[in-house]
Amino acid sequence: MMNFHPAPRQLAFIKSLLFILALLPFGRLALFTYTDQLGANPVEFITRNTGDWTLYFLCMTLAVTPLRRLSKWNWLIKLRRMLGLFVFFYASLHFTTFLWFDHFFDVREMLADVIKRPFITVGFTAFVLLIPLAVTSTNGMVRRLGGRRWQWLHRLIYVIAALGILHYWWMKAGKNDFEQPLIFGLIVAGLLLVRAYWAWQKRKDMQALAGTMM
Amino acid sequence: MLIKRNPNGIDIPFASEITPRAVFESRRAFIQKIAAGSIAGGALLEMATREAFAATSGTAQKLAAKANPAYVVLDKPTSYKDATTYNNFYEFGTDKESPARYAPKMQTRPWTLAIEGEVRKPMTLDIDSLLKLAPLEERIYRLRCVEGWSMVIPWSGYSLAELIKKVEPTSNAKYVEFVTAEDKEMHGLRRPVLDWPYVEGLRIDEALHPLTLLTLGMYGEVLPNQNGGPVRIVVPWKYGFKSAKSIVKIRFVKDQPRTAWNLAAPREYGFYSNVNPQVDHPRWSQASERRIGEDGLFAKKRPTLMFNGYSQVAPLYAGMDLKKFF
Repeated sequence: MMNFHPAPRQLAFIKSLLFILALLPFGRLALFTYTDQLGANPVEFITRNTGDWTLYFLCMTLAVTPLRRLSKWNWLIKLRRMLGLFVFFYASLHFTTFLWFDHFFDVREMLADVIKRPFITVGFTAFVLLIPLAVTSTNGMVRRLGGRRWQWLHRLIYVIAALGILHYWWMKAGKNDFEQPLIFGLIVAGLLLVRAYWAWQKRKDMQALAGTMM
Repeated sequence: MLIKRNPNGIDIPFASEITPRAVFESRRAFIQKIAAGSIAGGALLEMATREAFAATSGTAQKLAAKANPAYVVLDKPTSYKDATTYNNFYEFGTDKESPARYAPKMQTRPWTLAIEGEVRKPMTLDIDSLLKLAPLEERIYRLRCVEGWSMVIPWSGYSLAELIKKVEPTSNAKYVEFVTAEDKEMHGLRRPVLDWPYVEGLRIDEALHPLTLLTLGMYGEVLPNQNGGPVRIVVPWKYGFKSAKSIVKIRFVKDQPRTAWNLAAPREYGFYSNVNPQVDHPRWSQASERRIGEDGLFAKKRPTLMFNGYSQVAPLYAGMDLKKFF
């Protein structure tokens, strides 16, 4: 278990399994819609469910790098793109629910809501920022942009994560109920802080190295 | 629909609720035909309203209440299941499924309601005395939640004014405060989401308005705990949170009460909190609402009515800027 390195075929299997698992929440929603099990307020159910799953996948995506470093399972990086795209998938469903069932594709009315209500403004911004990341997720785009520029662009995910948490926090602020946004906030903060700590350590090591070389 | 004027003569029905002449004439002809037979007219009215309800619990204790035709809306009543499984009652948890899950465990007998403060005759009443204090009426009211959804619920109770008359408020009684129980089954009290106990309040003239209902039942049955059993207030022209549930105290006071949601977020929940499509909540529009059980996924939300359609309360706020006193 300690030094698990899947063979290409095993990795393909893991990826397929992850893909199917990641689609289960969507399948459940579709089934509930079809069998009329969404409860008294179906729109609220779908909105909350897709919002929750966006945050779950965001946490999973951000967890890949720390997990990989701690476990030394480098192959985990190969799952990250799919997880990231599922963030975009559930965020798109969340946004579509808002645009369709709340505003019936009245884009002007929807934009008025975006401008007027800060929690929607930040949620919408986070969604828009996800688009370039999804678009540049292919191997071809990585090559075209060059690894370094691509990496810089994809650091946007940190901004998106902060905006996503703020969106949830402000939404719940109206009901004075911070338990869930607090849990998500702590997880995301932890995942970002561990990166900051490693970056700081690396810089210190480099400086020390530079010192010995002088 | 029968339209009975209120004693104060300001009960103006909503245009959408006025039954077309042809319809009521045919109904009247039908009722006359039946009344000429052996069935009593009252029983017929009872049957007609009952028919509109979806199935009730079937297990809860029945509560006899006479339908009051002055308080009927033509909208279809919400199903018993939706009304009893989807609601806010933060004492039992912050999501909408928790009240139905945890509230039934709460003991509601014995239960006493203390009426105190600026009154000549303070008293403590148990549920049986409350049930006997005035004849129970069934009234079908719209319920508009501040979150943007609505229901139509047949409540059983009587005007709070009946109780207020009995305790004889003094001239110092300018406001009425309602205090919700703090029961051991209310695990939500462990989290400081609100400053417990839950306190709500009305101005004395609002409390005396005949629409304000001291409520002991719904759907012809004893009020389920999750909906505020054994006794609650229903103020149909205000957002739902103004209607305190499972109350143990009614206090008559001189100053405006410090109400739970107003204390928690004064910018978002005003003391008055009258249903008003023109005053948005900072986080969402109040111009429209989703009727539970009807406005499903693909139905557009319906417009919210001023005072939730109860325009007869407008004189209570004559000359007040309702944007300022939201």
